[in-house]
Amino acid sequence: MVYLYNSMVFKIIYRNILRHRLRTILTVTGMAVAILSFGLLRTVVGAWYAGVEGSSAYRLVTRNAVSLIFRLPLAYLSKIRAVPGVSAVSYSTWFGGIYIDEKNFFPQFAIEARHYLDLYPEFIIPEEQKLAFLKERQAAIAGRQLVEKYGWRLGDIIPIRSTHYPANLEFVLRGIYTGVEKSTDEGRFFFHWDYLNETLEKNAPNLANHVGVYIIQVNDPDQAALVAAQVDELFKNSLAETLTETEKAFQLGFVAMTEAILMSIQVVSFLVIGVILVVLANTMAMTARERMNEYATLKTLGFQPWHLVGLIGGESIAIALIGGIIGLVLSFPAAQIFRSALSQYFRIFHVSSVTLIVGLLTSLGVGVISAIFPSWQAARVSIAEGLRRIG
Amino acid sequence: MVDEYPEEICGNGGLVEIRHLYKSYRRGSQTIPVLNDVCLSIQAGEFLALMGPSGSGKSTLLNLIAGIDRPDEGILLIDGINIPTLSEAALAVWRSRHVGFIFQFYNLIPVLTAFENVELPLLLTDLPKPERRQHVEVALSLVGLEDRMHHYPQQLSGGQQQRVAIARALITDPTIIAADEPTGDLDKVSAEEIMELLSGLHQEFHKTIIMVTHDPRAAAKAHRIRHLDKGILNCEDEDYKPLEL
Ligand SMILES: Nc1ncnc2c1ncn2[C@@H]1O[C@H](COP(=O)(O)OP(=O)(O)OP(=O)(O)O)[C@@H](O)[C@H]1O
Ligand SMILES: [Mg+2]
Repeated sequence: MVYLYNSMVFKIIYRNILRHRLRTILTVTGMAVAILSFGLLRTVVGAWYAGVEGSSAYRLVTRNAVSLIFRLPLAYLSKIRAVPGVSAVSYSTWFGGIYIDEKNFFPQFAIEARHYLDLYPEFIIPEEQKLAFLKERQAAIAGRQLVEKYGWRLGDIIPIRSTHYPANLEFVLRGIYTGVEKSTDEGRFFFHWDYLNETLEKNAPNLANHVGVYIIQVNDPDQAALVAAQVDELFKNSLAETLTETEKAFQLGFVAMTEAILMSIQVVSFLVIGVILVVLANTMAMTARERMNEYATLKTLGFQPWHLVGLIGGESIAIALIGGIIGLVLSFPAAQIFRSALSQYFRIFHVSSVTLIVGLLTSLGVGVISAIFPSWQAARVSIAEGLRRIG
Repeated sequence: MVDEYPEEICGNGGLVEIRHLYKSYRRGSQTIPVLNDVCLSIQAGEFLALMGPSGSGKSTLLNLIAGIDRPDEGILLIDGINIPTLSEAALAVWRSRHVGFIFQFYNLIPVLTAFENVELPLLLTDLPKPERRQHVEVALSLVGLEDRMHHYPQQLSGGQQQRVAIARALITDPTIIAADEPTGDLDKVSAEEIMELLSGLHQEFHKTIIMVTHDPRAAAKAHRIRHLDKGILNCEDEDYKPLEL
């Protein structure tokens, strides 16, 4: 065991790594690129699910049972409020508008303002901005990221043209919200549902007085399922039946539309790891084959098979970890570039610590697995056999 | 197998006692017999040269004595221990203590300096670092390379590399020095130097040296020369006394 603590092992591993510089550089680069891709792909998937993670266990979402596309009558509000266990109810409608140009897409919600903001404590708005928003019919609130992206200032007029409704509305920016946590979405745009409804009453009366979803706050998350069932029971056999689920389930359903895409991204991220595993395993096998003569010499001197396993494993793990760490470090600037280039799709795009740990463990795993076959060969080869192979 | 000829197990109290040793290699489905009924006694402190035509099994025999290969059958006693009965791990420990091996192509570890190559066998002992350093310096000065300690093998000539290998073989003060054509890859002058060095070390430290060689001039430095032919070393050639197992 003395051997293990001896610096000679590290010396040999270190110098062996530098022996074929080009080969090592190429392998480390491959490893770095693989782990970088792995990290970014995982972050993409994470960004999709971020909405789910940000959801609260206290909130239920009631939507039309048929589909999200169909809406619910405003008249349901008072009935839902009366359900026991419900502490607050609000509602919102997806506006689906375009700001100046088609490519400027961000989510806009027409909200029932008074309760809605209380239901979403993760959006922090300075008190005076909140009051200004509540007082004015045309007022709007936007997330910080959105505001930075378009360079808006408080008081700016923001025209948005809906693709869902016959409504081209102009808003005045009165508030900017920030997220409580890093994963809170700072890319939303909120305005008064009343403002939209008035416009619809004029332009399309049959579309007026409907809402997209009701948001229900419950007293006790453990009662959520019961409350949801009671709400849906209320509107059974009515013209618009409802489906009430926890916000998390609702978000997951939303994400599920893209589940297939997410699945393929995940498959690709593992394929990338598979490819680099093959590359490193091949490099290590090649290296060990070239050094068989040296391993036989070490055995002649009395070194045991596990000493050789240590040398080969150490080298393989070192290469994998160096590459992996470079890849993970590069994933920060890469994520930054992604974030600014694709901000309309991914408003939350940061490399999570879970991704870092998974990336590190994956690198370690690749290093270990790549060393198995050459270690086994070196440990097993008889000295007489090994000595006959001229390195 | 040993039991079949107990009456023939005999010897003359040598450090190495080999009786009826057999070894064959398998190549595909073929079995190639290499050593057939080899008998040999080597006294402690003896300098023995093994000669014979190429392919006669000299290296094979030396490898068996050095414990880096195993015979098919027969007895191979070294200092009272029947080497083939040792487990693989025990054999490795035994080698590290009792055998210093010198290869034809030096077999230095290319990423280690002369100093580090010589230090290598000492890492398997529990000698502390300062003492290891002292030992290595002494060994390297014995072979006249104290000024080349921090050179890498490729910065040394063949003769110098072989001297490093000799220092490495000596460093643990082994029972036996096994050398397989130590001058086989060297020019005449370097070969001469290496042989001078080996015979000088032999005279000074009375090490048991077993050397395989093709070179009659190298063999001339030895006490005794045995010729191996087609894997046969006649058991009748040596005057054996009975051997207790
Ligand atoms: N590991 C092995 N596998 C198969 N055959 C082997 C192996 N080692 C040796 N042989 C065969 O055994 C025979 C004896 O080999 P060995 O190396 O002992 O001869 P040698 O007397 O040392 O020859 P040389 O003078 O050429 O070194 C040869 O025919 C060789 O091909
Ligand atoms: Mg030979």
